[in-house]
Amino acid sequence: MLRLEKRPNPSRFWLWFTPVLAVLLTMTAAGLLFAALGSNPFTVIRTIFWEPLAGSNASYFRAQLFIKAAPLILIAVGLAMGFRAGIWNIGAEGQYIMGAVIGASVGLAFYPTENRLIFPLMVAAGAFGGWAWAMIPAILRTRFNTNEILVSLMLVYVAQAILAKASFSFLRNPEGMGFPGSRNFSTYPAARNFDLIERSGLHWGAFTALAVAVAAYVLLTRHGIGFQIRLAGQAPRAARFHGVSPTRLIIFCLGTAGILAGMAGIFEVSGPAGQLTENFATGYGFTAIIVAFLGRLNPLGIVLAGLLMALTYVGGSLAESRLNLPAASIQVFQGMLLFFLLGVDVLTNYRIRLSRSQSKGAGA
Amino acid sequence: MKRRNLLAGAAIGLGLSLTSGAAMAQGLDHVKACFIYVGPIGDGGWTYQHHQGALALKEEFGDKVDIAWQESVPEGADAERAITQFALDGCNIIFTTSFGFMDATQAVAAQFPDIKFEHATGFKRDQPNVSTYDARFYEGRAVMGTIAGHMTKSNKIGYIGSYPIPEVIQGINASYIHAKKVNPDATMTVVWAYTWFDPAKEADAAKALIDQGIDVILQHTDSTAPLAEAAKVEGVIGFGQASDMSAYKPAPRVSAIIDNWSPYYIKRVGALLDGSYAQSAAWEGIAGGEVEIGEITEAVPAEVKAAAEKLRDDIAAGTYHPFTGPLNKQDGSEWLADGVVADDAALATMDFYVEGITGDIPK
Repeated sequence: MLRLEKRPNPSRFWLWFTPVLAVLLTMTAAGLLFAALGSNPFTVIRTIFWEPLAGSNASYFRAQLFIKAAPLILIAVGLAMGFRAGIWNIGAEGQYIMGAVIGASVGLAFYPTENRLIFPLMVAAGAFGGWAWAMIPAILRTRFNTNEILVSLMLVYVAQAILAKASFSFLRNPEGMGFPGSRNFSTYPAARNFDLIERSGLHWGAFTALAVAVAAYVLLTRHGIGFQIRLAGQAPRAARFHGVSPTRLIIFCLGTAGILAGMAGIFEVSGPAGQLTENFATGYGFTAIIVAFLGRLNPLGIVLAGLLMALTYVGGSLAESRLNLPAASIQVFQGMLLFFLLGVDVLTNYRIRLSRSQSKGAGA
Repeated sequence: MKRRNLLAGAAIGLGLSLTSGAAMAQGLDHVKACFIYVGPIGDGGWTYQHHQGALALKEEFGDKVDIAWQESVPEGADAERAITQFALDGCNIIFTTSFGFMDATQAVAAQFPDIKFEHATGFKRDQPNVSTYDARFYEGRAVMGTIAGHMTKSNKIGYIGSYPIPEVIQGINASYIHAKKVNPDATMTVVWAYTWFDPAKEADAAKALIDQGIDVILQHTDSTAPLAEAAKVEGVIGFGQASDMSAYKPAPRVSAIIDNWSPYYIKRVGALLDGSYAQSAAWEGIAGGEVEIGEITEAVPAEVKAAAEKLRDDIAAGTYHPFTGPLNKQDGSEWLADGVVADDAALATMDFYVEGITGDIPK
């Protein structure tokens, strides 16, 4: 009879080994799925996990990993701080969109002026856009005690409506022959988020994401506010006795998440995406929630989790095009990965015991 | 010395252009044709039809052509990566089959000058290796409008628009003009779904139209959801969009506009094989076979069917253009004088309703 027994302390070994186990389980289960679809499971798994890293044209795909991971990491680091303190910002997608809209608006307002200051100004505007959007649930929570989960989530739909409005009216390319969508930033050098090392995928956003992850790690482990965040999450009562102000913490955590999501938005629109269209937002803000938990809410873990997530997207897309797999099968594969990651997490806090003393029928 | 170098350079330049010219004239022995789809190949509409065109290549050319595809590709950075993937994987020609892939197609084409790119429904051909292709769907809409005008009992026609872009506005205007021609009391209500394919949203839009007493629904979105809604209410009819949608025959689906991309795909890949390929901007309609009118069912009276088929044949023969004056814009100002036919440039940028349609185009 198998039995789960709570560990006195979370296992450090399993804390880091469960992701590996989950990936192995996913490979097995997804392999069965792909075999059922008539593909060679080894080829598919190899295409997803190996080809982007070391296959043909890998230099291109490695660059794409950074492009895909950068916004995920940037947003997830911000979210993780709030999640650690028990502040649930589910609306990063909205903050991401508002960062892109406000930042792009500022940049395009200067078109076609060439000035070195335009891009930094756009990034600042993007950060402001995300921050302002996050302040709505923050202030409603601190003043009226509303639920930040609901408010931040609902504001995503408002942001999407604003995005649609922007691409159909006030940011619409006047030379776009009536098509929706803004000017393309690739035609506006002063506002372009270039690769800092050519064709590496390492644009300003990727470097910012790495820097932010390190800074957040230091903040959480070495700084006073980091201690307050951890304390508020683990022992809210103790935090209050310690003099932690919940209001300050909510404003800080939601504000930081908003700033980072907004920056991710402006880096994306001025770089990889190139233009603001109605379909600009493809769910980075939501995927980042998964990345945050996958990375154990640890900024350095999030960097790895973001890259793994990016690999499933880049490798998945590669498998689709090379093997003509249906798009849905790759989504199922990604779903399996998350399912196993969360499922085997139980091993961190529990251990499996084989017990013989159980009487018949009692184990159900 | 300088002069010699110059001459040598010129000779090299000449040699290069000669060899590349010769290579073009020879054509390719084998073509890998790749397709980027915006929706799933099982959408039963837009993407399904493009995929049928891709499969037709295989049938036409057999072993000389390989096809590859990727479905449900999001716009933006993901599309650019998907297109680049195909370019790196040895595709000779890449068809990007949605207007949202326009800028991504341009960007990748600039990096792979030897690969041919074909973008559906766009207008940018900045790179010499990018061609565009589209179909004159408004010709089919004119035929649907004629049927709609005859068939409506409440004199209320509904139109589910996808995005307010020229192609969709052409369709709304063409169907309204021809409904009005046969039924002066007909009105048209447009709802915007802001999607090409979203069964839930499309069903909501159809429901909202039916609730207003509308009994004929035209759609520019690709799912069968509006027809499924129409089927629930007695007397409401609709039309297949992009694909025949024959599952809803004989009613509510009384006819359909079918996109048939096979002739174009076969022509372009054939040109690549025989060496006659050149950059182009194709815009074919009923005459070229790109736009087909699906079977008009027995739910439609014989004389209405005859009128619709006559319009179809006149358009195909080139004796009638759906946008022939006198036509006024919505604000009452003159657009086309009596007998004047709209030119393609005006159609390609159409951003206004014709006189008689109520409501505004979202701005």
